[in-house]
Amino acid sequence: MARPTLEIRDLHVSIEGKEIIRGLSLTVRGGEVHAIMGPNGSGKSTLAYTLMGHPRYVVEDGEILMDGEDVLEMEPDERARRGLFLAFQYPVEIPGVTVANFLRTAYNAIHGGEGEEISVLEFHKLLKKHMEELQIDESFASRYLNEGFSGGEKKRHEILQMALLKPRIAVMDETDSGLDIDALKIVAEGVNRQRSDELGVLVITHYQRILRYLEPDYVHIMLDGRIVRSGGRELAEELEEKGYDWLKSEISA
Amino acid sequence: MAKPVIDIDQEYRYGFRDPEQYVFKSGKGLSRQLVAEISEMKGEPEWMREFRLKSLETFLRKPMPEWGADLSGIDFDNIHYYVRPAERKGRSWDEVPEYIKRTFDRLGIPEAERKFLAGVTAQYESEVVYHNIREDLAKQGVIFCDTDTAVREYPDLVRKYIGTVVPPSDNKFAALNSAVWSGGSFIYVPPNTRVEIPLQAYFRINAENMGQFERTLIIADEGSFVHYVEGCTAPIYSTDSLHSAVVEIICLKGSRVRYTTIQNWSHNVYNLVTKRAVAYEDATMEWVDGNIGSKVTMKYPAVFLMGKGARGDVLSIAFASTGQHQDAGAKVVHNAPYTSSTVTSKSISKGGGTTTYRGLVRINPNAHHARCTVKCDALLFDDHSKAETIPYMDILHEDVAIEHEATVSKVREDQLFYLMSRGLSEDEATMMVVQGFLEPFTKELPMEYAVELNRLIQLEMEGSVG
Repeated sequence: MARPTLEIRDLHVSIEGKEIIRGLSLTVRGGEVHAIMGPNGSGKSTLAYTLMGHPRYVVEDGEILMDGEDVLEMEPDERARRGLFLAFQYPVEIPGVTVANFLRTAYNAIHGGEGEEISVLEFHKLLKKHMEELQIDESFASRYLNEGFSGGEKKRHEILQMALLKPRIAVMDETDSGLDIDALKIVAEGVNRQRSDELGVLVITHYQRILRYLEPDYVHIMLDGRIVRSGGRELAEELEEKGYDWLKSEISA
Repeated sequence: MAKPVIDIDQEYRYGFRDPEQYVFKSGKGLSRQLVAEISEMKGEPEWMREFRLKSLETFLRKPMPEWGADLSGIDFDNIHYYVRPAERKGRSWDEVPEYIKRTFDRLGIPEAERKFLAGVTAQYESEVVYHNIREDLAKQGVIFCDTDTAVREYPDLVRKYIGTVVPPSDNKFAALNSAVWSGGSFIYVPPNTRVEIPLQAYFRINAENMGQFERTLIIADEGSFVHYVEGCTAPIYSTDSLHSAVVEIICLKGSRVRYTTIQNWSHNVYNLVTKRAVAYEDATMEWVDGNIGSKVTMKYPAVFLMGKGARGDVLSIAFASTGQHQDAGAKVVHNAPYTSSTVTSKSISKGGGTTTYRGLVRINPNAHHARCTVKCDALLFDDHSKAETIPYMDILHEDVAIEHEATVSKVREDQLFYLMSRGLSEDEATMMVVQGFLEPFTKELPMEYAVELNRLIQLEMEGSVG
């Protein structure tokens, strides 16, 4: 498959009438890792949800294109089937639905054509392989979806989904939050294993900690619903050193 | 990628009907003469004839229950109380009249029997038309037959127990059943005998304005085990039919009975059923009760815990969509020390449907160290559907442990969004949330029934979103 491209053009997004994203443009291509950094309330998670098509977020203006096609016309499931993926900051609990059942259903929705569903046995093998790589215990597969998961388990489970569903553009919303350093490494390695020209990654984060392991090609700083500065990896380090206030004062100056 | 096409006006797939080719069909309405005639046709002994006639008087005397669902649509004068479809019942499917056999073929009954059942009873209108039990069980002394046959062949057992758990005077519909009952299952399991695979009964109403009044009696002797499963369907008519069964179960010392129902009547059937069990010392009674179909259901499976250490579990689901009221629940009476019970109720309302959990737990003064847990969860799909919870607790002893928990939730937008972000359509995502909600129930069903239940719910759910 061709290298994927996600283009965001002059995006404006509001929630309940309040504009949160105010003219944001960004292009992510296969093989690239982009990081968006920003303080709380800068609109980072709004961007993540909007890309995936959450019904509460209203796109007022602008475009989102995947491989040149208009994403805004698509329901979330259609976006997923085109290869868009969101690793949730707060994965949702679904009582009574086992992880294995959920993952197999999702796998078939994305990879299985009409009458081409993967057999239970074959899927089990595939799942086991990916779970081992992420150091997830086998018993995990029979637990109920996100119910009673620790913060680390939830995040690892998001990366497990990413590994199984093989997206073409992955958006990771604060995947580092709530992880200790060991879990962070496992998660970052899980993402790094998937890096290729056929995957573009957009990492959304408050801290640059995860970027030490993910090594982004581009870093963008987001403030008040806009990207205010873009650069290479050194921008993240500079930000860590000087803090967001430095940027705020520099911009308002 | 191809998405499944969802048919908004999904038809009830059991709604087909057969032309009527009956041996006998009573006129509409109820009379002393009809009750005597039914007894006569069945060749019953005098005591049963008396039981019926007395019950009829009780029925006529008792007022309609006003405390539950709306029953004003029932017209007792517009019902056929007794319909005999065939001269005799078959022991092999070949002996069953062709048109009836075709119906049960379409319902998948002979196939299920071959695959995973130890015995089957098939009731069509008022009479059992097919009956069979595996030979090895019969040899062990397990009795599984229709209740009419039991009156003839095991009169002592029937006479000893019938009407003892649900007396005709219990309620108006129990009285009606006692007067005009026909068919139903009779099961006796000898001491220390385990029937490891389920026995099944299937009930089919075909005629319009039909009343079906089967009577089931199960006696589990000491230390025995049996699992009985029943299913039911009917064609769709513009006028209403009535299904009013009585089920009595006796769990003797140390025995265990599980009774599973998947009720899928068409939406023109009033389903008013009295189900009750008594459990003696260290016996266990389990009701697994699924209500998906019918116009109105009123059903509260009951367990009377009569011996030390007895246990009762009532696990139920109710699904109500447009025009349906599922008024269901449980009744548990602790009447001995160290008895325990759990009541778990799951209900789903959509499209303006109403579900009611109505439960009674009574702990009598002699029931010290009793334990009881009641848990009711309701799932609402929209603002014009309703879920009610009416739990009564009557605790007459202090040294007991009682827990009660009730929740009402909605299918949340963020749950659907999460699942859809993984490629599931909105319908598939909704179905997954619903299946998860029902999982405590479905996991208790034999696999084949769990699959069937999920399929039924799926049919009911289709077209419910977007």
